[in-house]
Amino acid sequence: MCRLFSLTSRDPVSPMLAINALNVMKEGHDGSGVGLCLRGLGGPFGEMKEAPILSGIFTEAGLKRLSQVSADIGLDPKYSMTFTPKTPPPPGTPKRGTYLARAFDIPDAWKGLAPEELAREYTRFRLMLRTTGEEQGDMQVFSFWPDTLMVKEVGDPMEVAAYLGLDNKDLVARQILAQGRQNTNYAINLYACHPFFIQGVCSMTNGENTAFIPIREYLASRGVDGYCGYQSDSEVFAHILHYTVNRLGLDLEYYKHVITPLTNEELDGHPDRENLVRLKQACRKLVIDGPNCVIGCLPDGSMFMCQDRKKLRPGVVGGKPGVFAFSSEICGLNAAIPDRDTSKDFQPMHLDTAIVRPDCQEVTICSQLQALPHLH
Amino acid sequence: MQPTAGLAPSSLSLKDLPWQIDWDIHTCTLCGRCTAVCPVNAIELGVFRKRELHAKPGIPEKPTNTYTIYHGIRQRTDPAYRCIGCAMCNMVCPNNSIRPRKLAESPMLWYHHNRGGQPRTRGGRRNESGSLLDQLKFIRISMLTDPALDAGRHEFELKTLLGRILPPEEELKALKENGWTPPVREIYPLIIGGMSFGALSPNMWEGLIMGVTYLNEEMGIPARISTGEGGCPPRLLRSRFIKYVILQIASGYFGWDEIIRAIPEMQEDPCAVEIKYGQGAKPGDGGLLMWYKVNKLISALRGVPQGVSLPSPPTHQTKYSIEEAVAKMIQSMYMAWGFRVPVYPKISASSTSLAVLNNLVRNPYAAALGVDGEDGGTGAAYNVSINHMGHPIASNLRDCYLNLVAQGRQNEIPIIAGGGIGKNGNLAANAASLIMLGASAVQVGKYMMQAAAGCVGSEADRCNICNIGLCPKGITSQDPRIYRRLDPEKVAERVVDVYLSFDTEMRKIFAPLGRSTSLPIGMSDALGIADKDAAERLQIKYVV
Repeated sequence: MCRLFSLTSRDPVSPMLAINALNVMKEGHDGSGVGLCLRGLGGPFGEMKEAPILSGIFTEAGLKRLSQVSADIGLDPKYSMTFTPKTPPPPGTPKRGTYLARAFDIPDAWKGLAPEELAREYTRFRLMLRTTGEEQGDMQVFSFWPDTLMVKEVGDPMEVAAYLGLDNKDLVARQILAQGRQNTNYAINLYACHPFFIQGVCSMTNGENTAFIPIREYLASRGVDGYCGYQSDSEVFAHILHYTVNRLGLDLEYYKHVITPLTNEELDGHPDRENLVRLKQACRKLVIDGPNCVIGCLPDGSMFMCQDRKKLRPGVVGGKPGVFAFSSEICGLNAAIPDRDTSKDFQPMHLDTAIVRPDCQEVTICSQLQALPHLH
Repeated sequence: MQPTAGLAPSSLSLKDLPWQIDWDIHTCTLCGRCTAVCPVNAIELGVFRKRELHAKPGIPEKPTNTYTIYHGIRQRTDPAYRCIGCAMCNMVCPNNSIRPRKLAESPMLWYHHNRGGQPRTRGGRRNESGSLLDQLKFIRISMLTDPALDAGRHEFELKTLLGRILPPEEELKALKENGWTPPVREIYPLIIGGMSFGALSPNMWEGLIMGVTYLNEEMGIPARISTGEGGCPPRLLRSRFIKYVILQIASGYFGWDEIIRAIPEMQEDPCAVEIKYGQGAKPGDGGLLMWYKVNKLISALRGVPQGVSLPSPPTHQTKYSIEEAVAKMIQSMYMAWGFRVPVYPKISASSTSLAVLNNLVRNPYAAALGVDGEDGGTGAAYNVSINHMGHPIASNLRDCYLNLVAQGRQNEIPIIAGGGIGKNGNLAANAASLIMLGASAVQVGKYMMQAAAGCVGSEADRCNICNIGLCPKGITSQDPRIYRRLDPEKVAERVVDVYLSFDTEMRKIFAPLGRSTSLPIGMSDALGIADKDAAERLQIKYVV
């Protein structure tokens, strides 16, 4: 099992808070990798909220090619943060090159595009870099999106963080999602490392999605740019979330109904029965079968945790106004927010979605048995 | 020496018959039950005369004869009355004095069962024991990251959808705008396939319907049964139990009049309407109800004269093309029930299945597609059709499913697979394999006859006389003297047993795969086979 930790804070904080939390949960992961997604950035990136940031790992040749390719379409580099390790990599971590986060001014041709069009352009650019990077072996690209920075590497989280210098004071964020990887079924591949990110939607998962193949086949046939790759069975959670929110225009409360619909008996007394029965039928292809604990983050900064129907993976939410955390284990929560009211810690069960809205004031518990926001 | 009887080219000796009757003179009490019960009169009471010669040693006394007579059982060698191996004689014998035995070597009968120039027709079995479905294994066992589920304790959702499913975007749009959406039924993925009221005996039919009703109303398992072509008893049409029934209409339209007349008086809608274009075991032949079984009841129900053979032509004269036929029939059936009942065609698995499927994808009213593979049992067909026509179900189903995947329409048109499921008794494993290859549901006919009614037919050309109305168990006979042997209550009990045990076995398969909240349709990563070509063809893992 992997270990997950995420944090949402009113004020930007260092990702080391999350890395530390992963470190105290070390008994639960084998240190075979770490993934970080930072949103609501502070520091220099915080001053350029609209500029898309490219996150990835580049060789020398890759950096040159990136400059060339981005210049070709008119992307103008604005600010770069590089993590160029000075020390030899920790055991298990290959020597790769430059870990880069670079913000760009967008080309004139993209200015004035509708948000959906712009999102598509960003995605296509990332996919183009990813594809050619895989062919030429010179770059790995994790995200290209405003106000978003992603880091992924193989190795123990703490050692990787020290190696990359993630305690950089300029690297702070309001929403942090971090995964300590336990390599299991699939080959080690950075693209298989959580969190997964697409157009402002981010998720990471603990467990194994046994319904992966049919869901992958379904998503890949939706004709959405970015529903591809799938080096990990958990990547589909991010895409289902994206599909639910962006494509179907449903609120976050519906996500749980899409991935784990209620039984007929439970639906019988539900105030939104009619809608939910039809949603259950139409989205049947997206039902997950767990065991999974899903933590995710939406473009507006809302963060949530939910479980599969069988609830076979632990997860806890807790915190205090201003900062809340979602963790696989309570010890991770204790490490990150020791001074919270522990009596308010909440462990979502099979019907719950625990949501912390962007204002970071409280944990909202949304049960599937409750009435839902109206369709709009 | 001249023979005492005429030896014609088609005269057969006992040795030439595939089934031999072993009769024990020492234990037989000559009660006569065996000959009374034999459906094909292969055995008869015989009077045997025996001459014994008594020659004493020495020359003076001449040898003498004595003649004795004894009674026994005689097996007939006329191909028309050959033993079919059903073993009813053994079942009724108080002393186990008689039993049929299969002759291992190839008998001469094969060359002589076309007498009068009529090729053999038989109740259908391919007489091949092998099955690709039985070679498939479930290999994706959750052990490392997941604990396997507990098949006995966990909540399992084993239901499937019958009816066209809209893509989520369209469904939500319809929801917001109060638009029409195609009717969808939530059913159990094991359907009793179409075996018509003409093909089955009234007792068998009654038993199946009672079993299905019990499953629905007492066990909470939404089992469904297809009527097969030939209509539905009028009383059932007007009862509330019609909702557990899939009405089948075929190109012969047999029984359709009854259905139309009942529509205004129907208390409930039927579960669905299945339009049969073909059957897997005799593709291109259509159905065939032979004259032996067209009695007064059946002729009244179907609106035909008594005692005539009723072939159901695969395409009707009024139809210009299959595309047109599919579109027209689907639409008219929808209109008949006010667009509240899913209507879908059932076709033989064939190289044109994909073409039909593609037509259905573009038809907003098409509710599903039934695909029937070559291995299915069927009431009556020519030997050559059963043995040499048709397409195996596994690869055809896989092609259909992957075709839908490529179009992004998987499960929007549910595929119902049939043909050879549970042929060797592995019903749950075969059904689960087909579901993982992409079927939304499976349909079985033969298995139900074997498991729920004691049909003795086998893949070794045993019995297989469903077509001539002499079914030794009374399953496929329209003769009350024969079908009285079958107790409908007991059939119903067995149907329920079969479904419940199937349900348990499905859980036993799905639990270690880590699946419990949705049917693993298309979960092809769980399947493996030790045949490289088959693995490549089905796009599943090759394991040895």
